[in-house]
Amino acid sequence: MALQDWKQHKRPFAAIASGPILWLLLFFLVPMTVVWLYSFGQNSGPAEISITGTLDNYKRATEWLYLSIFGKSLAVAALVTVICLVIGFPVAMAITFASEKWRPWLLVAIMLPFWTNLLIRTYALMMLMGSNGYANRGLGAMWDGASWLKTLVGLQPLEAWTPVQLLYNNFAVVLGLVYVHLPFMVLPLYSALDRLDKSLIEASLDLGAGHLRTLFKIVVPLAMPGIMAGVMITLIPALGAYLTPDLMGGTDSQMIANVIERQFKRANDWPFGAALSFLLIYAMFILVALQSMRGDKAKAGER
Amino acid sequence: MSEFDKIMSKGLGRRSLLQALGATAVGISFTGLAACSKEAAKEPTKSAATTRIAATGEEPKLNFYNWDTYIGETTLADFKGLGGAEVNMTLFASNDELFAKLRAGNAGYDVIVPSNDFVERMAAADMLVPLDHSLIPNFQNIAPEYQDVPYDPKRKHSMPYTWLTLGIGYRKSKVKAVPDSWKVIFDSDEYKGRIAVLSEAGDMFRLYAKYLGKSVNGLTKDDIKIIEAMMIKQKPNFKAFHEDNGQDLLLKGEVDLVMEYNGDIAQAMAEDDDIGFVLPKEGSQFNSDNLCIPKGAPRPKNAHAFINYLLDAEAGKKITETILYPTPNAAAKALMPDEYKNNPVVFPAAEQLAKCEYAKYNPELQPLYEEAFTRVRAA
Repeated sequence: MALQDWKQHKRPFAAIASGPILWLLLFFLVPMTVVWLYSFGQNSGPAEISITGTLDNYKRATEWLYLSIFGKSLAVAALVTVICLVIGFPVAMAITFASEKWRPWLLVAIMLPFWTNLLIRTYALMMLMGSNGYANRGLGAMWDGASWLKTLVGLQPLEAWTPVQLLYNNFAVVLGLVYVHLPFMVLPLYSALDRLDKSLIEASLDLGAGHLRTLFKIVVPLAMPGIMAGVMITLIPALGAYLTPDLMGGTDSQMIANVIERQFKRANDWPFGAALSFLLIYAMFILVALQSMRGDKAKAGER
Repeated sequence: MSEFDKIMSKGLGRRSLLQALGATAVGISFTGLAACSKEAAKEPTKSAATTRIAATGEEPKLNFYNWDTYIGETTLADFKGLGGAEVNMTLFASNDELFAKLRAGNAGYDVIVPSNDFVERMAAADMLVPLDHSLIPNFQNIAPEYQDVPYDPKRKHSMPYTWLTLGIGYRKSKVKAVPDSWKVIFDSDEYKGRIAVLSEAGDMFRLYAKYLGKSVNGLTKDDIKIIEAMMIKQKPNFKAFHEDNGQDLLLKGEVDLVMEYNGDIAQAMAEDDDIGFVLPKEGSQFNSDNLCIPKGAPRPKNAHAFINYLLDAEAGKKITETILYPTPNAAAKALMPDEYKNNPVVFPAAEQLAKCEYAKYNPELQPLYEEAFTRVRAA
């Protein structure tokens, strides 16, 4: 049966769509509008905001201090996305080409971390990476082993092991974010690669292209929609991450979401926090718009 | 004491008779006991702990919004067992969370536990119910210095629950000398990368003020600039800005020096002998957590009864045994063992405490602290 145009079946469409639309309106658009209005207001008491139409909040939000934090957050999120893509693509390929028996299990393994709360996963990672954590203890044991081997052959032993600083720095933030966001990258990649016509790969290999050339000329272009979806779905939450930098970051690891959180809590400056939030939302809108424009262009090119 | 218990348990029958006669009778027994303890000032009003709690005429339920690990193990069950309401306790992690949740309207909380500056802020925002002192006779258990405080004159809106002060927690085996000055963590590279300080901008700026010999409430915009520069200079020596979990960082060996509340370090010291605490010689900041009733509380009478119960000597003792925080409840403190009463971490010497001040709520400076601290973090 061909797809039906909703314009010809208005009533059933309305019946099905009204629920979700009402939901969005009540619990997304209305609260967002309130926050948007706050961004044009100012504190008139400890718990009162008067909406005066002022642009001061935006003026402050676009000061160099906050723009540089925006820039840094974008750079961290982009780095996280690239690492996720580089790690996630081979993983998605492996799942696609795994045997029918294994595939569901591999997919479950990818989704398994979602069964645990983000906060608990972050704390687990912190236990692993602490100065006296398992990672450092394992490295220390290996170091001691190497030192022992050296004394065995009559050389001076190595100097005492000093723990590697894994936690409370920008490295920890990037690692934590990659760990959290990897499934978001793998799943859309898998769904794109799974739909890919395997005979095209065979044809490419048959006709003399090497494995690498087949990968970059055939697989990657065909999986592009999945790659773009994965990039967006990873980049946007990573840009708004605040738990990971808060818990695993060092003294200079604040991201824009941490600054926004502090405006709503500690600083008790909701109007300014609202302005910062909306700048972040606008930035994300632009990213999504660019992506969909790219999609339109690609479609136009096909025709 | 045990004899006292026996007398009390014998008397139970009579009190339950009084209970049967109704709330007024119990009201009389309350005032009677209060009078008693005034006569024998040294004998704490332990009797109240086993007193039945008068029915308030409200639905026997209560929503208590509290900090984590901040109540005795059996306190809520005991309250219910004595005829009080069934307490449903939920937890918040910071004053900011408490305030952010309540400023949009009270979602049904009856009793909350804000710190001193937030009592001021919430009272200014008209978010607190004035307390009816006639319903809280156990207020007399409170030590005189906490009965009238600058942040809540005449205790109009709040009852003190605990007090605490910020100092330096440290690992004894890893420091050369007792770090008895803020200089060690604020203005020195001696312990580079082994220091964690609070991520709370206001506390940081106020304690730097103490280090510079100023009052915590006497900062000017110029001071903030000077302190900001000092913090940026010291930042490479900090390992982390912690979210009031400094005792964990210290226990895990992540850092050797940490800015933390004395009560938190006292809890850590109970687990690890190698941990010490010092109140720096420049003085520090006082904090106090308080029991308040937020505007719109559905069951204000239950709330008063519960606050009164928490201020009871025996109940206060049980709470203090669990949380190990300094208690402003003199009657409860008197019941505590000597190792608590004479613990210099929990109760620093009077001359040291004399240099500590309560931080005032300051709506003009708070955003400036925050912005300066954001600059420090971004630098």
